[in-house]
Parts: sequence; structure tokens; C-alpha cells
Amino acid sequence: MAGNQKVDVLIIGSGASGAAVAWSLAETKMRILCLEQGDWMKPTDFPSNGRDWEARRYTDFEISPNRRGRDTDYPVNDDNSLMKIANFNGVGGGTIIYTAHWPRMHPSDFKVKSLDGVADDWPVDYWALEKFYEENDRMMGVSGLAGDPGVPPRHPPMPPIALGKTGTRYAQAMNRLGWHWWPSDSSIATTDYEGRARCINLGHCTPGCAQGAKASTDITYWPLALRSGVELRTRCRVREITTDEHGMAAGAIYYDADGVEQFQPAEVVILACNGVGTPRLLLNSASARFPNGLANSSGLVGRNLMLHPWPIVSGYVDEPLDGGRGPINTIWSKQFYETDPSRDFVRGYTLQFGRGTGPANQAIVGAASGLLPWGRDHHRRYRRMLDHRLSIGVACEDLPEEHNRVTLDPVLKDSNGIPAPRIDYTISDNTRRMMEHGIARAEEILTEAGATDLYASRTALNYPGHLLGTARMGTDPERSVVNQWGRAHDVKNLFIVDGSIWVTSGGVNPTSTIQALALYVADQMKQRLAALFD
Amino acid sequence: MAAASETRLSAAETDALRKIAGTMVPADAVLGMPGADDPAILDDIVRSVGRDLPLVREALTAIATKSSGVFAEMDQAAREGLINDWYASGGAPAVALGRAILGAYYRDDRVLLALGHEARAPFPKGYVLEQGDWSLLDVVRGRQPFWRDDRVVPIEDR
Repeated sequence: MAGNQKVDVLIIGSGASGAAVAWSLAETKMRILCLEQGDWMKPTDFPSNGRDWEARRYTDFEISPNRRGRDTDYPVNDDNSLMKIANFNGVGGGTIIYTAHWPRMHPSDFKVKSLDGVADDWPVDYWALEKFYEENDRMMGVSGLAGDPGVPPRHPPMPPIALGKTGTRYAQAMNRLGWHWWPSDSSIATTDYEGRARCINLGHCTPGCAQGAKASTDITYWPLALRSGVELRTRCRVREITTDEHGMAAGAIYYDADGVEQFQPAEVVILACNGVGTPRLLLNSASARFPNGLANSSGLVGRNLMLHPWPIVSGYVDEPLDGGRGPINTIWSKQFYETDPSRDFVRGYTLQFGRGTGPANQAIVGAASGLLPWGRDHHRRYRRMLDHRLSIGVACEDLPEEHNRVTLDPVLKDSNGIPAPRIDYTISDNTRRMMEHGIARAEEILTEAGATDLYASRTALNYPGHLLGTARMGTDPERSVVNQWGRAHDVKNLFIVDGSIWVTSGGVNPTSTIQALALYVADQMKQRLAALFD
Repeated sequence: MAAASETRLSAAETDALRKIAGTMVPADAVLGMPGADDPAILDDIVRSVGRDLPLVREALTAIATKSSGVFAEMDQAAREGLINDWYASGGAPAVALGRAILGAYYRDDRVLLALGHEARAPFPKGYVLEQGDWSLLDVVRGRQPFWRDDRVVPIEDR
């Protein structure tokens, strides 16, 4: 096994959280190395450069690693889950292929036990994270509008994405219903920002932004972190974290770009592989001293997986809109976010109002929903659909349940022979009632907007790739994996900063909170450097 | 079905696909739409099948079986009926076949122009997105904050 010079801090994963923690710790002047199993992305790689831009959403820019199948991906056995796994492996991680919705968690999300008697409270609250949310908004470059009565005050540095015809249609309907709406916060530059060019409306933002207007960490945090001396090594797939005779993390064994096994020693190891990759790595790091996996004395590594069920309800209106000619993000509604005792479920959801997609995707979605027939009637029906689609996503809070979990698949392995993750996940009764409530409200809104041919997809069309909860934080070592500042209870030089440390999931896209938490953990580490392992 | 390459549909499979694609998305002279069996579009479909080749082959076999091997001899109405009936319950092979046909069809220049779209990649030109009616937000601006502030919960209840 090849040897490498010991580093002070080894970060595994270069996505949303790995980039943020690397940048924040860089000011300490410690020697920091990040290992990333994927590649750097180039703007010319992204689909919107070519005429096959829509088809590539189903091939090399597919959100499911199983279908995408890049050699930098690892397989995931998600057969036993209605919600499939979405991720991306490359510098920037999931921020390469996210949709750049940028809501924050609400204060109540951190106190669900105290306020609603379910699950557990977080050991940190919104107010402890608030300044890191703000810092992260500036670093990533967020567009939005202050003054939203549905969320705590925040200060997006750029104006919101245009409403366009689609957003206007939604807003008119919401006002007639008397329900809250507000332009969505998005990590998309609407003005030139910190060297990034403004959005020019290339269409659906998910499969990467050729313009660089969408904030992915390869173009936000990483250039600054590298300039500050952080080293980022790509095509390095970590197999396991090793420990020394004292039970402290010693470093990581990984396979380099040539498939050669390497050992990287480190004083501190930080995991940033998100809610499937991190438990997989911890479970693959079992040893005589840690027979159930590293940092797993609680038995909770891999458990409490939360995936955010996300029904989508669509309909078609009688005027041409602007689908495929701008970001999908338009407005959100917090009308049904907070717990309402009159409903038959606790907690709540955000409604996210989407712009339609391009011609090919419209046809594919239409066929999948059964609304677009094959044969001589195809063209007539299609012309009523193209550019006429409204769709509302119901972002449901997914409460933790221990039987929803990540384990190691006994058979499936990646190209380096490392056991792959297996997902066992079911949707709870509370969440199902919440989904149906949200679907019914979305249908009311679409009907008010004049839409017909309504179609609700409960789980088939949208796997948001929100991978949360599998190494939860807490103050009790028997009920959590890491403490209130991200350090593993069992291994005092091992930290976790990704979505796996979430205690509950909220009803929002998680990236802004993942990064705020990573900055918070980094700040806690910097404050405790002299006594980090005490 | 004739033996075929591992990486591309055989000539016989392509012939079968031509008839199926032309049934699923037929030409419409009035609307100026070519059919998905148009030679250029069909060639694009065949080239684009890629990783879905096994599923597309399954789809071709399923349609051949369902039609007792005489799909090409059936009249248009019967073919359409068979395809619509099969697609609704055809699972992954049906989805893969439909996606391959639609993905190639709806990027053809003639198709896009007939639909009033520009025949180009989104980048670098992009599109213009109008601002919309921001005055609609005035009524929402007047609403009192309604997010749940955890700080107002009495300490003894926490």
C-alpha cells in the first residue's frame, strides 16, 4: 500500500458540505486534504450545450446513479424503497445536479418534540445557525426577496428569478384563494455575482448549468478554498476509515485514479458523503474494535433515513407559458408548513411551483402520465400540453423511523469491490396523510389557475435526492452518532458535516441547511482547536 | 427476431421499430409534422437507444408477441389500439421505447420549427424570461408573519 504524508484534516467528499467545511477551516492554515471519487466538471460538459440536452437527463446526467452509471458512481440497491436514491459524484457533489431551490429550515423544524411531541429536538436551533445561513447565502450567491411573512427574516444578495408567465398564473390563483406565496429563494445568480455570470434562462437547471449561474460548490467554495491552500484530490474512492490502538481515526484507505490502494493518514477525519455515502463508509469501516461499524455504538449508523416524499401534481392551462425557457423555480407557499391541530397529521409541507420543461421532456412526462396518447391523436393532444404545463411539488417533512435505513448490500459492490449500500425505506402513515393533503391543495390551486387534465404523481416522477438522518446528532451517545457540534461520540477525531447528521428533515430542500450546519461545525472546531479531542 | 449486435439494433429490429415508431407518432401533413418513422428521425432513435437497448428489444418482442407477429400487416387503427393498450401496462420496456422515440423526435429541426420553437441548443443564447406581474405580491406583503417562532414557547414547556 502506498503511503502519503500525514495531513491535519482529511475531508472525504467535495460536495455541498465538504466544500463549505474546507473553505471555513482553510483560515486555520492547517494542512487540509479533500478526497473526491469523481471528477471536476467543465461547463462544456453540461447538456444545455447540445441539441440532445433533454435526452441527457436520462443518461450521463440522470439523477439516479444506477442509471447514470458513470465510472465515478457507485451502485445503490434501492429495490426495497419506493423512493429511489439520487446523487452525483464529482467536485461539487449533488450541487452539480440539484435544482437550486434554496429554502431554509424553519425554527419549528428544530423543535418537533417540544412543539409537536414527535421524533426528537435537534441539539442546535435555527438561531444558532442563522449567521451561518447568511454567510452561506453570500458564498453561494442566492437570489430572492426579503420580507416573506412565511419565513424568518433573511437577506438574499440578489433579486429573485422572474415570475414569468408561469409564476404570474400561479400567483393570481393563490391570491384568489387567499393563500400565501412568495418568490422562491434560489442559488441562481440573477445578476453578475462574484465572478459568475447571471442566469440567461437555459431551461431546466437540474443537469448542470453551462452558464455557471447556478451555484455549485466547484465554482463557489472550491476556488477560494484551493487558493487558501486546501488540496483536492479527484478520482479517489475511499474504502474505509482506519483507527489506531487508541480508537482514534488514523486516516483513510482509498483507491486512486489508477485503482491503486493508498493510505492517507490524518489527525482529523471529516465525513461529507451525505446520508447514504457516509453510513456506507462507516459500516465499511468495521474492525475488531468497532465490529458494528465505526462510530456505531448506538446502533444508529444508517438508521432514521429520511428521503422527503415529494408528490407532483400537474395540469394544463389554455395559454402558452414559459416552460423550458427559464429556471424551474418560480414561487413557494408556506401556507401549510406549520403543524395545524385540525389536520390528521403532524408537521407540514412546502408547496413548490414549477415552470414546465422542454419539448422532449413534456412528451415523456405526458406519455408517462397516460395523458398523451400514441397514434393520430398524439399531435393534437401534445400541442395542448407543450408550454401549457403547471406543476406543483409537495415537499413533505419526512419524520425519522429507525427501520428506514442504509445497510451494506451482501452482494452488490462498486467497481473497486467495495460493498454497496442497500436501502430499506417505507413511507409512514403520517407522511402519506400529509402527501394526500398536499395533493388535494395542489389540485385546488391548479383548478383555480384554470388547469385541466390534472395528474398526481405520488412517488414515480420525483426522487429529490435528499439523503438525511443516518448518523444523527444529539447529546446522548446512546441515541445519536455525533454530538451537538458534529464530533462522533465514539471517535473523538472523527466529524460528520453532511445531511446524515440531521435529526429531522423539515419540509424543504436541504442544501442551504446542510451547508449552514457544515459552517457551524467548522466554526465549533475552530473555537476548540486547542482541546478538540477532549 | 433476427440475431443482433450487442450494441445496436439489427436491420430486422430496425424495420420493426420503424413500423412501431410510425404508429406511435405518425406524420401529420396538415400540421407539418413528420412521423417518427422518418428516415432521419428513425436513424436518430436507433443511435440514441444506447443503454436502453435490452429494454427496447424487450419492447419490440412484446409488441410482436401481442400482435401475433403481424403488427406490420395490421391497419393503423388496430396498431394504435394495440400500442396504447400495451404501453399502459408495459413497464420499463414501454417507458424505454417511448423515451427513445420521443427524445429523438422532439429534437428534430422540422418538428421544433413546426411547434414554433427554435431549433437550437439552449446555450449560449439562452431565452428571455419576462418579469411577470410583481404587483400581485402586494397583498402578500401586507400579511403578518405566520412562521412559528420557537422562542415564544414558554421555557417550562420546552
